[in-house]
Amino acid sequence: MKSYAVESTGNNYIRLRKKLTQSFCFMLFRISALINGLALAVIVYFILANGWKAINWTFLTQPPMDSMTKGGIFPCIIGTLFLCIGAMVVAFPIGVFSGIYINEYAKPGRILRIIRLGISNLAGVPSVVFGLFGLAFFVIYLKMGVSILAGALTLGAMSLPVIIGSTEEALKAVPDTYREASLGLGATKLQTIFRVVVPAAMPGILTGGILGISRAAGETAPIMFTAAVFSSPKLPESVFDEIMALPYHIYVLATAGTEIETTRPLQYGTALVLIAMVLGMNLTAIILRSRLRKKMRQI
Amino acid sequence: MEQEYKITSKNLDFYYGSVKALQSISLNFQLHQATALIGPSGCGKSTFLRCLNRMNDLIPGIRVEGEICMDGENIYKPSVDVVRLRSRIGMVFQKPNPFPKTIFENVAYGLKVNGVKDKNLIAERVEKSLRSGALWDEVKDRLHDSALSLSGGQQQRLCIARALAVEPEVLLMDEPCSALDPIATQKIEELIHELKDKYTIIIVTHNMQQAARVSDVTAFFYMGKLIEAGETDTMFTRPRLKTTEDYITGRFG
Repeated sequence: MKSYAVESTGNNYIRLRKKLTQSFCFMLFRISALINGLALAVIVYFILANGWKAINWTFLTQPPMDSMTKGGIFPCIIGTLFLCIGAMVVAFPIGVFSGIYINEYAKPGRILRIIRLGISNLAGVPSVVFGLFGLAFFVIYLKMGVSILAGALTLGAMSLPVIIGSTEEALKAVPDTYREASLGLGATKLQTIFRVVVPAAMPGILTGGILGISRAAGETAPIMFTAAVFSSPKLPESVFDEIMALPYHIYVLATAGTEIETTRPLQYGTALVLIAMVLGMNLTAIILRSRLRKKMRQI
Repeated sequence: MEQEYKITSKNLDFYYGSVKALQSISLNFQLHQATALIGPSGCGKSTFLRCLNRMNDLIPGIRVEGEICMDGENIYKPSVDVVRLRSRIGMVFQKPNPFPKTIFENVAYGLKVNGVKDKNLIAERVEKSLRSGALWDEVKDRLHDSALSLSGGQQQRLCIARALAVEPEVLLMDEPCSALDPIATQKIEELIHELKDKYTIIIVTHNMQQAARVSDVTAFFYMGKLIEAGETDTMFTRPRLKTTEDYITGRFG
């Protein structure tokens, strides 16, 4: 009976302490998560509050005028769009194929370790270094000049680790039983990958791809030496033309020239357009993913 | 008695890295008979089953010694085309694993990857296979629905139909009923009885009654060794060894 008494008095105290610890930790986690959401909300609100007045039809459809103190940002929107599409075209196939190689083909060993090391280091390279690399390699060595092509290749190289990573994750999530079932029916490994594994992983692969590109879309450093110009009188006509781009335009308006204060609303307006584009892309990725998943369940 | 062996295994050793998982397994499978592989978890029966269609090749660090012959030809010879081999030996897995495709596409898959292009032929074979899988009547009006919309038992019969579509000679079944309810299990067992006439069936099972019901020959595995094999009736009534008897009567395992 003695043990019963100890247990019952101890129990209340322990139970209370357990409960408090629980609530405390839970609260801590919740606050941490909220800070994330809050940070985004504050940024978006700040940009929105300061920028929305600058947004109008002229702003979205006209080039800058009067040494960039008036007019719009149309060429920059087009430029960023082209760079994104270019980066996507370059990086998506390479990234997805690399992911397939790493997850489906490569045998564990030294080569795989080196490749992985390379990819994770690529992800850690500062964006300005990518810019300098692009300048040295694409612009100068390969004689592409400051151009959409050089910028797209640089941005593409930068988004590769994200695309490879998400491809790998998506492929890992495909159950091995699919692979076994397919191989068991006399399919080759290649058939198994392209007819069963990749289709099942497509939602994840696409989402990762778009997120990677949208991340690159907002970068200034990689394009400032490779693709973007201060101001361009005409819209680009080929991939070898230089262009204006949103992030670089913000940078130019906010740091160069004598009219920094006057152009403040334009800076916020440009930032707002950039953020809208990036968030729009991310939203597209999320919608696409859930659509594809649903489709896969119903067909 | 005249015996015709479809598959023969001779002194088969199997290693996962340095761990020896199978020791000198010699076992023959007769044409158009069902053989049940029984034994406690981890005894190597699934490993052995997966040696028969070289599914273990997918696991890094494995090693096979000894030989397995199908129609007299060693399937571990370097010149053997594993892809072709697997289309001759169908496999049904523990958990139903239909592809996230339509019912029709699931069955047609094996034909398509093996180069069949004729649409009429594919449709014909899909129907035939679904009939053989005892699923046709349940799905004939919804062939283009997702296979994932089927119940677990239906999914497993779909997987059997999918395996039959490529017209294999041997059917390997790795605990095909372990994820199913008793009614679905009964349907699969009836199906196995019918399929025996045309295919050589090898089935791994944890369920003694199932082994007794569906198989002609039973092989008992324990700790990576083949302990005893023989006619199912004899094995379940008069096993030669004490270990076999203990396992069959549920004294361990």
